Amino acid sequence: MDFWTLFFVVTTFALYIGIAIWARAGSTDDFYVAGHDVHPTVNGMATAADWMSAASFLSMAGLIAFLGYGGSVYLMGWTGGYVLLALLLAPFLREFGKFTVPDFVGDRYYSTAARLIAVICALFVSFTYIAGQMKGVGVAFSGFLGIPFEWGIIIGMAIVFVYATLGGMKGVTYTQVAQYCVLIFAYTVPAMFMSMIITGNPVPQLGFISNAAGTDVSMLEKLNGVVTDLGFLEYTSTNKTMFDVFAITGALMFGTAGLPHVIIRFFTVSSAKNARVSAGWALVFIALLYTTAPAVASFARLNFIDTVNEATYIGDDEDYAARAAEIEAAGGKPVPTWYKDWEPTGLVTFNDLNGDGIMQYRGPNSPDGLPNEVTPSADIFVLANPQIAQLPAWVIGLVVAGGLAAALSTAAGLLMVISSAVSHDICRRTLYPEMSDKTELLVARGAAAGAVVAAGLLGLFASNLGFVAQVVAFAFGLAAASLFPIIFLGIFWKRMNKEGAIASMVFGLVSTFSYIYYFKFVDADPSGWWFGVSPEGIGFVFMWVAAIVGIVVSLVTEAPPQDIQDLVEDIRVPGTRTAHGKADEGMAPMPAE
Amino acid sequence: MSKSLSEIDGKGYWAATIRLTISLLVIWFAVSYGAGILFRDFLDQISIGGAPLGFWFAQQGSIYVFVALIFYYCFAMNRLERKFGVEA
Repeated sequence: MDFWTLFFVVTTFALYIGIAIWARAGSTDDFYVAGHDVHPTVNGMATAADWMSAASFLSMAGLIAFLGYGGSVYLMGWTGGYVLLALLLAPFLREFGKFTVPDFVGDRYYSTAARLIAVICALFVSFTYIAGQMKGVGVAFSGFLGIPFEWGIIIGMAIVFVYATLGGMKGVTYTQVAQYCVLIFAYTVPAMFMSMIITGNPVPQLGFISNAAGTDVSMLEKLNGVVTDLGFLEYTSTNKTMFDVFAITGALMFGTAGLPHVIIRFFTVSSAKNARVSAGWALVFIALLYTTAPAVASFARLNFIDTVNEATYIGDDEDYAARAAEIEAAGGKPVPTWYKDWEPTGLVTFNDLNGDGIMQYRGPNSPDGLPNEVTPSADIFVLANPQIAQLPAWVIGLVVAGGLAAALSTAAGLLMVISSAVSHDICRRTLYPEMSDKTELLVARGAAAGAVVAAGLLGLFASNLGFVAQVVAFAFGLAAASLFPIIFLGIFWKRMNKEGAIASMVFGLVSTFSYIYYFKFVDADPSGWWFGVSPEGIGFVFMWVAAIVGIVVSLVTEAPPQDIQDLVEDIRVPGTRTAHGKADEGMAPMPAE
Repeated sequence: MSKSLSEIDGKGYWAATIRLTISLLVIWFAVSYGAGILFRDFLDQISIGGAPLGFWFAQQGSIYVFVALIFYYCFAMNRLERKFGVEA
């Protein structure tokens, strides 16, 4: 067990627990919306940690390294959604002044059925997402600390259990701030080292567009040359159709804006004005990582090819040091030590098809006709980067702590959605409207505890199925097609009524779910895709259809009551929110200052 | 104390907000879907540093513009709120 890794993991975990004890929740207001007085910059930082998951931290750079230009869908999709949030949703939902997304849906559409469908959408999206985070925690523990996968998940759950049940949203907010600092430091430090080595410029964003160190060829041009020589597609191009790239980017953007765990972060600030600024800060903190990622991706691809391709393999039964010296003396390149370190995890594999003992890394159009023998997984790039670039041991420990921070912070945000759906939306708002604040707080703590356990079990279960990466498409597609249209129309179109909202949500949920399920699990053949749109992008297409369904159904049915129309006028203009009988009889709106 | 809608020009404020939102969304669309996807091949003929421009917009430029858009929106909305006497 590595000293530095253990040091960083234990120190950061102790910090999270300390914050949890300091930020205990005393009321439901504290528990659900952190007392709605979080500073906009602080909330922006917490939102960034909430949003950037194990997938952003560990997998995204690797995916871009493989996909090149095709990876841009993640970069644009997962940042552009914040413009939609800031301009179309966050300030108005804050002005509306309740605790959860189903609160808005149920009250704006004066319907228990609509509230419960929104609960189903929120739970589905959040559980899908959280399984991936728990798996990330398990992988980080088992890969670096030699702790079994299951125990990794249990340790992660125990930590989240403490701060989510004690502090609710308040505890989660301040631990997320700490987690953001850990993860951004852990991501950018190795990136700066690598940028310096490859391009001579320590700023990765500038290194990305600079010349390769010591040459007058740009780094990207060099990379294009290297990958096409091996039979891969040019790094700056893609084989996806333009419409599919368009649709996937759209599904990720609108999905981001419709994700309940992101939306509820904007309920924790004090006013609509602060919700706007807070979205801006969130994107600044996210952009720090998201503009670094494409640079890391291209450097990692270059480094990987440079150190692995045409290297002579050394088996586990041989003495590495002696054999490596022998290969070097003969003018060859031995397989690097980082490769041997990571080989047991299965994240990178070598299959010597032509039996020459040399590792040939080739693309589908390999010019020398040799088959590919080396298969790296997307996760290997960020994890092994510090070693590939021969950075000091403490940097590696830092990356592990960063990966855990990314996974835990997102898991905690999702747990808040799940527990509030149970304690607030189902218990307090639907079944027991007379419940006291004190009882609700108790139920909320219990629900958070139950949700942690459920999420942990799901993480254990999902790891056996290995389907996590595939179902992530569900989360974004469903959020885009089921939640985004009715929240948006609920603010911008007064005439949108209960019938329209229910029809729109049900259509979005069922159509997107069926399409993804069919083309992921029943018949994965891309030739059957409608209009060539992949399951990842279909949420974008069905979002428009769901919106049209909602509008048409609303127009042929009765207009919403006057109370509701007055409410919509109120939330559009900051500072004018007053209680309206039908919309606010179940729960008074929070004051804005 | 909250003012009621009748005391301030809520309608005018909302119309101005919609105009601002639409113009910013046009830019949002232009830098991501436009420069990064639809017109990428055309823009790739130009380079920014060592990167083709369309590719750069898809992986870097659009994100910088997104950040600028949100902060401009905050600034412009504060100005609108002063103009229409809305207390945010």
